Amino acid sequence: MLTNRSKVVVDKKMTFSERIYLPAIIGGLFITIKHFFKKKATIDYPKVTREMSGVYRGQHVLKVDENGAERCVACGLCAVACPAEAITMTGAERKPGEEKLYREEKYAAVYEINMLRCIYCGLCEDACPKEAIFLTDRLVEVSSNRDDMIFGKDKLKEKYFNEVDITKRLTKEVIEFKKDKFHLHNQMD
Amino acid sequence: MVSGFIIYKAIMVVVVFLIGLGIAAYSTYAERKVAAFIQDRIGPNNAGPYGLLQPIADGVKMFMKEEIIPDVSNKFLFILGPSLAMLTACMTGAVIPWSSPIVINGVSYPLQITDVNIGILYIFGVVSIGVYGIMIGGWASNNKYSLLGALRASAQMISYEIAMGLSIIALVMTTGTLSLGEIAAQQAGWHWNVLYQPLGFLIFITCAFAECNRTPFDLPECETELVGGYHTEYSSMKLGFYLFAEYVNMFISSAIIATLYFGGYNMPLVGRFVTDPNILSILGVVFMFAKVFFFIFFFMWIRWTIPRFRYDQLMHLGWRIFIPLSILNILLTGLGILVFNK
Ligand code: SF4
Ligand code: SF4
Repeated sequence: MLTNRSKVVVDKKMTFSERIYLPAIIGGLFITIKHFFKKKATIDYPKVTREMSGVYRGQHVLKVDENGAERCVACGLCAVACPAEAITMTGAERKPGEEKLYREEKYAAVYEINMLRCIYCGLCEDACPKEAIFLTDRLVEVSSNRDDMIFGKDKLKEKYFNEVDITKRLTKEVIEFKKDKFHLHNQMD
Repeated sequence: MVSGFIIYKAIMVVVVFLIGLGIAAYSTYAERKVAAFIQDRIGPNNAGPYGLLQPIADGVKMFMKEEIIPDVSNKFLFILGPSLAMLTACMTGAVIPWSSPIVINGVSYPLQITDVNIGILYIFGVVSIGVYGIMIGGWASNNKYSLLGALRASAQMISYEIAMGLSIIALVMTTGTLSLGEIAAQQAGWHWNVLYQPLGFLIFITCAFAECNRTPFDLPECETELVGGYHTEYSSMKLGFYLFAEYVNMFISSAIIATLYFGGYNMPLVGRFVTDPNILSILGVVFMFAKVFFFIFFFMWIRWTIPRFRYDQLMHLGWRIFIPLSILNILLTGLGILVFNK
């Protein structure tokens, strides 16, 4: 039984007070007027946002390192890990002089996540060896057009000096999980 | 003197008309708010403070929408339908007494457009013409859902009019007049008719719901079965007229219920504190509108409480329960008059 208010239905003859409807109607009116004065459940969304869970998984961010260079090396591990096959990328080789832009010799020239396919599971984040991709507590902006929902690097990459805060995602368990990854830049200080 | 009379009447007509339309417009807002509150939501709140400009936005939207007249419809009747519905809805306001007369410079100005001595009959006559608006609209659309909705509406309105009329007869027996002005005036103090005619009041208010096509009797436009009922084919402001007429009807019904059964502009005990007739008259307007608003709220309250009747239940209720009941009410009233007055 799912609720304690369920009533067994029986096919008995209705009593007089049931047949004249009025008591039932008055009872119903009392129920509705009680709701009339109840506190409303609505959250006035664009003006008020609901408090989100600390580990809410929303729109992704492609991190840059402390010098503003992209961390992603287009290894493709996130795309492999992705159960929804939402990630596509094209790798490219870094040219001399681009050290400021890209952290390592290879980088993602195109990096796209289809936000309509994505199920926000966060596996890409777990898979990434370079701490390059994280899910954040930002909501994905909606669009009436499917093409707009394929987010490229322009929407995913964070701006240098205007980094997206991901400390909430770095819970104790995550740091524990990542401590075995031996790349220097993966070791949290 | 004559021109003054005409000006005063013209002002009354315009004021009552505007107030009627204004209240009907804001009833749509109130309906949405009441619905929302009863369902634990907050309702429209973006157009203006608390969404108060919503009716205006709705009106503008209705006017701007593309107007579609189906090819297979009869154009003249198609346009006549909503016009008739709106016309009859606005006409009934003429005989409702809003308050006791105001006396200025020795001339008494009744706050009622016209106190015809057959006010109740007039209302009945106009209301029954209102059926034509729906019937013609549904017929002219040449659409099966519209036709079914129109058939339901006319059958329902005609059957409930009988019970309504019979319940009024009992009322007329106790009041001894058909003029709404006099009926209202008779109920000064505690002599509200609802105390003498409780059964009649129940029958009347239920029939009023049916006449206005309001839930639980909104079968003519029930979306689950008939798309939109008689106004399925209507768009733009013609649809707006139908919907609007329903709200005007609701306002007028509330006013009539308040006048006939709830003392109209009278409020017990007020006469003890205020003696100036003009102030009393202005207070009367306030009380009248308070009662009217309560009944409009009641209409909405019922709508969001009770589910719709099935069609056979509706007919059963109308013909086999309300008509015998109202005849019984007449007999009881006659008996009461015989026992207590002689
Ligand atoms: S969150 Fe999950 S579904 Fe979305 S891109 Fe990452 S791995 Fe794929
Ligand atoms: S985001 Fe991480 S896992 Fe994905 S391609 Fe870039 S470095 Fe590899």
